[in-house]
Amino acid sequence: MSTTTTFIIESMAILGGLGLAVGLMLIFASRKFKVETNPLVEEIISILPGANCGACGFAGCADFADRVVNENAPITGCPVGGFEVAKGIGGILGQEVSESEKQYPFIRCHGGLNCVDRFEYVGFEDCKAVMMLSDGEKGCSYGCMGRGTCVRACPFDALTIGEDRLPHVNKNLCTSCGLCISSCPNDVLVFAKESENVHVRCVSHDKGKTVKEVCTVGCIGCKICEKNCPEQAITVTNFLAVIDQDKCTGCGICVEKCPQNTIEIR
Amino acid sequence: MVEKALFAIFLEGVFIKNFLIIQFLGLCSFVGVTKDVKSAAGMSGAVIFVMAMAATASYLLYTYILVPTGMTFLDLISFIVVIAALVQLVEFVVRKNIPSLYRSLGIYLPLITTNCAVLGVVLLNVQSEYNFMQSVVFGIAAGVGYTIVMLMMASIRERSSFVSIPSSIRGLPQAFLIATMLSLAFVNYFWVIPI
Repeated sequence: MSTTTTFIIESMAILGGLGLAVGLMLIFASRKFKVETNPLVEEIISILPGANCGACGFAGCADFADRVVNENAPITGCPVGGFEVAKGIGGILGQEVSESEKQYPFIRCHGGLNCVDRFEYVGFEDCKAVMMLSDGEKGCSYGCMGRGTCVRACPFDALTIGEDRLPHVNKNLCTSCGLCISSCPNDVLVFAKESENVHVRCVSHDKGKTVKEVCTVGCIGCKICEKNCPEQAITVTNFLAVIDQDKCTGCGICVEKCPQNTIEIR
Repeated sequence: MVEKALFAIFLEGVFIKNFLIIQFLGLCSFVGVTKDVKSAAGMSGAVIFVMAMAATASYLLYTYILVPTGMTFLDLISFIVVIAALVQLVEFVVRKNIPSLYRSLGIYLPLITTNCAVLGVVLLNVQSEYNFMQSVVFGIAAGVGYTIVMLMMASIRERSSFVSIPSSIRGLPQAFLIATMLSLAFVNYFWVIPI
């Protein structure tokens, strides 16, 4: 046999032997270190939305599925999947679920272009940054800054900043995960149920005169709505009207009477 | 050949022969995983680990199998096989025994099985004729250098996402510009520390 042939055979043997040894080692390791996974967890992961948004309070969808199976986390814990997913998980685990009403973020400020600017802001386009500069450029320090921190927080593109420089919710895309609500530095956003249709679109606790100077649609605390409400559902505290949604019947009298058009019916 | 001190090798691996911005190895992760600091840190941890392991394993393979049989020309292909298998093995073990570490490193481990930076470490070890300790130290140093640059890049990119810059250079072009300036800063180590 020539030296070249020996050489080729030797190198093939070494590489082949190496591959074989490594392969056998891996087969052995995969048997020995096999991790038992609960098939229920895999099944639940497959019906979860898979956005890993963390709205359930756990680190992603896989973690949520694990907690539901092993640590009795609530099966309705996924606000994104809502009733459909809760029903699916209930089916896998043999539990009944009752439907809860869907909630959407509601923007408690009507200011936008109706609110005067105190100065022109140039810098990071972010509400938190704007607010650091003497409580923002707006005359009102309570309201929406309109720089879209909530829009960027939304993993589902359900929010947009409109022409009026206020965020708008696309209810078809919104999954009620609440990330926008926790991102808002001014607490302008809150959850509102679908059936609650009369809302005060203002959060300013300033006195009526101060509000009137800076905003044409802010609540001035005049108490006209409080006096006219047939259900006594509205109370004005600290120059701001608050509607008790349990008492409100949605008659719309306050909407007509409000001199500032702050109260809105949808 | 004068034997180099371990500390000199460490400094060389971290700064002078920095894998990302002096040698330009492992650039896919440099651009791909530096969008936020958290994932850059996870990736870097995995890289330090794999580089140290790969340096150890490939030294043993080279010295005790390839050199005695005279098959040193097979170094590249056998290193690839061994490193890939080793990473897979480590993944099994970590998954079984340390689930929390698996959750934080797990998704990055398979990404770097055949990363060119890892292969670069072991090939440089062979070329520089390092002994066992020197190889391992160089492996760790390369990982530490990778970590420093990854964290710097990720921090800069995270902050610069707020800056108003022309849309034509937003994203990847901007990342390349940042990389250029980082690289310029590191190149100066050639002149500052003569080893």
